[in-house]
Amino acid sequence: YRNLTHWLKTRSVSVDLNNDASLLIDIPDALCERDKVKFTVHTKTTLSAFQKPEFSVPRQHEDFIWLHDTLVETEDYAGLIIPPAPPKPDFESPREKMHKLGEGEATMTKEEYNKMKQELEAEYLAVFKKTVQVHEIFLQRLSSHAILSKDRNFQIFLEYDQDLSVRRKNAKEMFGGFFKNMVKTADEVIISGIKEVDDFFEQEKTFLLDYYSKIKDSTAKAEKMTRSHKNVADDYIHISATLNTLSADDSTFYLRLYKVEGRVASDQELKLTELLRYYMRDIQAAKDLLYRRARALADYEHSNKALDKARLKSKDVPQAEEHQQQCLQKFDKLSESGKRELTSFKGRRVVAFRKNLIEMAELEIKHAKNNVTLLQGCIDLLKSN
Amino acid sequence: PCNSDAHMELTTEKPSSSARKEPPASSGPRPAASFSPSPAAAAPKSMEQLEEEEEAKDSFDVDVSVTNPEKVGQYLPPAPSLCWSQHETSLPMFRNKTFSVRRRFSDFLGLYEKMSVKSSLHGCVIPPPPEKSVMGMTKVKVGKDDPSSAEFLERRRAALERYLQRVVCHPLLLQDPDVREFLEKEELPRAVNTQALSGAGFLKMINKASDAVNKMTIKMNESDTWFEDKLQEVESEEQQLRKLHAVVDSLVNHRKELCGNTAVFAKSMAMLGNSEDNTALSRALSQLAEVEDKMEQLHQEQAASDFFIFAELLADYIRLLGAVRGCFDQRMRAWQRWQEAQSTLQKKREAEAKLLWANKPDKLQQAKEEITEWEAKVTQYERDFDRIGVTVRKEVLRFEEEKAKDFKGQIVKYLESMLQSQQRLIKFWEAFLPEAKAIA
Repeated sequence: YRNLTHWLKTRSVSVDLNNDASLLIDIPDALCERDKVKFTVHTKTTLSAFQKPEFSVPRQHEDFIWLHDTLVETEDYAGLIIPPAPPKPDFESPREKMHKLGEGEATMTKEEYNKMKQELEAEYLAVFKKTVQVHEIFLQRLSSHAILSKDRNFQIFLEYDQDLSVRRKNAKEMFGGFFKNMVKTADEVIISGIKEVDDFFEQEKTFLLDYYSKIKDSTAKAEKMTRSHKNVADDYIHISATLNTLSADDSTFYLRLYKVEGRVASDQELKLTELLRYYMRDIQAAKDLLYRRARALADYEHSNKALDKARLKSKDVPQAEEHQQQCLQKFDKLSESGKRELTSFKGRRVVAFRKNLIEMAELEIKHAKNNVTLLQGCIDLLKSN
Repeated sequence: PCNSDAHMELTTEKPSSSARKEPPASSGPRPAASFSPSPAAAAPKSMEQLEEEEEAKDSFDVDVSVTNPEKVGQYLPPAPSLCWSQHETSLPMFRNKTFSVRRRFSDFLGLYEKMSVKSSLHGCVIPPPPEKSVMGMTKVKVGKDDPSSAEFLERRRAALERYLQRVVCHPLLLQDPDVREFLEKEELPRAVNTQALSGAGFLKMINKASDAVNKMTIKMNESDTWFEDKLQEVESEEQQLRKLHAVVDSLVNHRKELCGNTAVFAKSMAMLGNSEDNTALSRALSQLAEVEDKMEQLHQEQAASDFFIFAELLADYIRLLGAVRGCFDQRMRAWQRWQEAQSTLQKKREAEAKLLWANKPDKLQQAKEEITEWEAKVTQYERDFDRIGVTVRKEVLRFEEEKAKDFKGQIVKYLESMLQSQQRLIKFWEAFLPEAKAIA
């Protein structure tokens, strides 16, 4: 995993997410043991809330999920877009390939086998990179959020130098995860069913529901496309290996073309598909916010009805009034915070798309130019002989 | 409805002629044909001598092209629509400079049939005709399985053209009266014996013949290992090409899949762009959708290159190598015929001896006549065997040269198509980049 360490050291960190020097987080190192990934979370801070100015802790994927879930289940954060949880590291594809490689070893030439092994290692690396990035971005979203960065559990996550799994178990018992289940059934009917008084939220609701279905579709189609691209790249390896046995002199070309072709495929994957996938989850988080606000509105409407009933019966009126006030306050708080969150989310989305689309276009051009040089060289060689 | 004997228009043309109609897709080789005045020498030659002979030949160009008729089906244009021309230096072989004729698919098969049974062409690598079936060796879906689909027609047209080009490129075949008749005669009688070819396919036929040869009991003791070694080389190369062909087939299919998935993705992007409420981003996403549409087009063209330039080249040579194996088998059969004649002669001599002893003068006369007859046959068959050996050696040499040229030419063409594709790709993304940068 030399390559991974090198990459971790040399990549540039996302500018928009990690520029507040008071709390800087990154994942400088990661280890893969039997498909279980151990991340090293490194924090540099000037905040007094922490015991030391710089420290590192080992964390597993499950720890990130625990953190995410506790944030979601915190009432105070109901008016915030909670950054989507990073997906579980998925080594399914390279694992499958390794299995195929093992099975097919007898029928392959040594050359073919080595090339497939190389490709396999590259794929493992790509999955690795992807998962590190996605876990890192999750933490950086939190650290750059005015309110969430101060969360006690977040601080524990960053600082606690013992195994978190004990704390995790306790937390599960406390919350029982029932709220999460409620959120999971974020019924679009509830969201779209409420009578909206606020134009802003009316527009956002319409936009987010539609956009979510479209981006979900695009994500799936992008994945399919990049998978096809990988298949084409794999065929080039086989062609290259077979050409070698025919002692054709263009086999090295095919090998190199594969490498570029394969790289384009995995870069496309990293750029476009990941972008779409990430914002799909982010929009889901925004929808969750709308849902919570819709529930709060529903609660408020119920409390109104209850107050009317109480007044009619002249029974328990003060409690009903207080309850109604609480509901209204909660709803107002959610609306105010929600508006802020959704506006900044818009800006964030546009910036991220812009950055990624530019990078993707530049990469496509760079690789195509490489290919052109390569191809032209081969053609000239073949023609001159 | 188009019957399988759809008429093809066969045209041969001067390469520089401006009256030439463009064949839709690039097809096979157009090497210069060379001609040797004396086909076979009596004594076997050394390798260097054979090579020198190759270089010292006169050369002339005969170019053939095949185009699909404009009207598919029973109705054909009244006059032949395309021409071929030849440009010769030393021998007046054909009546006209340019010529065009209409031919049915079965005519092409019939031509092969005629050439394959001629003793004058024994030992020659006779180019095999295209497969009659749509699929042949490939698992690639060419159009639908519909003989009138454009892809299928193009595939067949290109294959027929390559077949003819290889025929006219061969010095002995170009001399052959059946070939000339095929190129020149207005109307050909329908070919009748094409069942074996269209039904079982060319390679099955070759392999059947091979098996028959191997089953014969008399085995040859080669004094010269060249034939054994060469046959082994040919067989092993055929296997490698099969393997390669299978992978290229897979490449074509995967690229077609990529094509489809890219188109679907492009549409999805367009929808997303419509949903996007930020104006500049919305425009950029729509532009991205258009770029992906263009990429789909590129992938389609590349898949066509993969297939028509690369895969078909391999398929042709797998069958050509089968034809080369066929020559070796013919030589074996010639040897066996000689051996059998020798053994018959021996039996006749023994019979004569018996008759001498039994004193039957009239039967003795007949026996002596038979001995003379078989002595002549033995001499003839021995000469045939030697001659075929020389022919096979020369043919293999010529074939290997052609193959090297052919592969190189096609690979260059393939690389050039990829190069063009990449250059266009650059243009598409460079046009998109400012749109991405304009997002605010």
